[in-house]
Amino acid sequence: MSLLKDAIISALGEDVKFRENYQYPASVVFCTVPKAKFAEAAKAMKKAYALLAAEWVTEETPCFGIFACYRWGSEYLIVKTLTTTDDPTFPTLTKKYLPAYRFERQMNSLMGVVPEGHPDPRPWIKFEDWPQDAWPLRKSFDASSPMPRVEGEYRWARAEGEGVYEIPVGPVHTGIIEPGHFRFQAVGEQIINLEERLGYVHKGIEKRFESMRWEDGFRLAGRVSGDTTVAHGLAYCMALESMTGCIPPERALWLRALFLERERIANHLGDIGAICNDAAFAFMLYQLMRLKEGILRTNSELLGHRFIMDRIIPGGVAVDIDVKGKEKILSELKWLEKEFEKLVTIYDENPSLEDRVRDTGVLLPEKARELCAVGIVARASGMNLDCRIFNSFPPYNQYDRIELDVPVLITGDVHARTWVRIHEVRESIRIIRWLLDNLPDGNISGTIDPPSSEKAGFAAVEGWRGEIIYWLQSGPAGEINRCMVRDPSSINWLGLEQAIQGNIVPDFPLCNKSFNQSYSGHDL
Amino acid sequence: MIRILRQIFSTGIVTEDVLGQEESNIKVVGDRLEETVKKRFRGSLAIRQVDAGSCNGCELEINALNNPIYNCERYGIHFTASPRFADMLLVTGPVSRNMEIALRRTYDATPTPKLVVAVGDCGCNGGIFGETYASLGGIDKVIPVDAYISGCPPTPAALLNGILRAIEGK
Ligand code: SF4
Repeated sequence: MSLLKDAIISALGEDVKFRENYQYPASVVFCTVPKAKFAEAAKAMKKAYALLAAEWVTEETPCFGIFACYRWGSEYLIVKTLTTTDDPTFPTLTKKYLPAYRFERQMNSLMGVVPEGHPDPRPWIKFEDWPQDAWPLRKSFDASSPMPRVEGEYRWARAEGEGVYEIPVGPVHTGIIEPGHFRFQAVGEQIINLEERLGYVHKGIEKRFESMRWEDGFRLAGRVSGDTTVAHGLAYCMALESMTGCIPPERALWLRALFLERERIANHLGDIGAICNDAAFAFMLYQLMRLKEGILRTNSELLGHRFIMDRIIPGGVAVDIDVKGKEKILSELKWLEKEFEKLVTIYDENPSLEDRVRDTGVLLPEKARELCAVGIVARASGMNLDCRIFNSFPPYNQYDRIELDVPVLITGDVHARTWVRIHEVRESIRIIRWLLDNLPDGNISGTIDPPSSEKAGFAAVEGWRGEIIYWLQSGPAGEINRCMVRDPSSINWLGLEQAIQGNIVPDFPLCNKSFNQSYSGHDL
Repeated sequence: MIRILRQIFSTGIVTEDVLGQEESNIKVVGDRLEETVKKRFRGSLAIRQVDAGSCNGCELEINALNNPIYNCERYGIHFTASPRFADMLLVTGPVSRNMEIALRRTYDATPTPKLVVAVGDCGCNGGIFGETYASLGGIDKVIPVDAYISGCPPTPAALLNGILRAIEGK
């Protein structure tokens, strides 16, 4: 019984076809519609309160497959339509769903399919100096040789009027962070518009997957965004496992959850510190960096890598925890909890900090919903979503035992995004304790066969930033035909543009930190 | 305020003499770093970090150099906001095509004499991303490199070691 399935059937009737035994897990509904009905399907989904989770394109000669993935609660539904190589157009979804705005620009830039009726035809990720007809995701594209540079100019959105001036920032930023370009239009101190330009760290990851073997792909997935290596690796492995029907041993699943929560804690600690630092409260940064370093060292000691890179493998995990390791983690948590709570009190009691973080960079709940935001950003703006609850895998699916408590705030400001993180650190500490207390015995990995030809696999994992989606597809010879990666940043970057309006220029770093979206995960 | 002061005093100085167990000779490294920075850079080595296409893993570890445990400032090493007053460029990632020009410009904006250190497996040879339409491979494909620090990502201790090698000219 699926509400989304019912909704699309009642809207499109005979036009929608469901395909069995193609995409796994079977709980994710997969259907095809004629091209002319693609936008109508989006309308039906919108009416059913579904959000757009992702949109992508594949090449299935002589056609292109256009996909849209919708989410409502714990349900996912994927709609596919075909368009031909001779006429690679498809109806745009931008009129119904805002995130389609960038998804479709990206599809157009990298595969050369044309969203008809899209309000902004400028390329995205593809820079103006790429050859016009360079569509790297096409099979005919030679990915191994460098592309020549051509002349071209990017058309920025402009604001005019008395006293309006422009501030360009980046791509090389002042701090030790990733590159991207921001352009502000401001009047006095006040920002009236921010335009982001991303794509600087585009490394051709999706194309690279296609030249890899299934069993090696997890390494690349773990390097899509280095700070989220666990969650990305996990999402890849889960998608692959669902395609092949492999079920990892239970102990492996629990250890995966342990790694995921440790990654969440480490990143949240760093973020909370960095947010305070950008509000000129460096004390918190150094204190929290100290705690974070503790976690990373324990990771290195027990799991062999500070960020737990490459420890989740197809079929299970690569490293086990013994009794001593368990004790070490438990005693570390005790220390962490004590230190962390002291700092939270200091955060909470500091009026000058409060003055900076409250009502700054507000992303209103209705805006967040319109943008289909995910993760921390969504939860700070009143949206109750978390894959650990709504699309859970063991052990998260033992609701009554784990009693996961997801914080949702409605103010949508910097403070809310910080507070969600604070609450999540507490919650992750609790989850780790529970995991360790109940860790099942057994193997930590099983065997996994390569997937058969013409199959697809889907996975959604709640990384520390939010929902990460992987969609894998095998080709006629069983090779990787397509690996679609959707980092939460692909959606949430839009939120920053919205949240910054009306704020003052000096608050931009603070707002940006509170979002802390990934450049690499977005640019791919 | 009282809480803040109490936390500061109870934390004390956490900066480590012997940095981690991973490289027990780091004390030696630290001493030599400090000495070389003093001698060759008048006590202050200014580094400009450039992400030329990294996955952000390397950045996290470079950031860790500034945490109170590694506290690289004690050796006179600090990160600057502009290449104009940098002695060294610490460059990560395979050079993405879309960052190539920005990297060259940063290099040109750095006054000579300058040192370039390639960080991470990607910075050394392109790593897992290799050489493709979008990734040009290691940093030395684009600008001259003086020293290499491998690892994915290199640990903070390995970074300090690599910086030392670079300024000692070995
Ligand atoms: S070396 Fe590793 S951590 Fe550094 S950028 Fe490359 S993949 Fe990321």
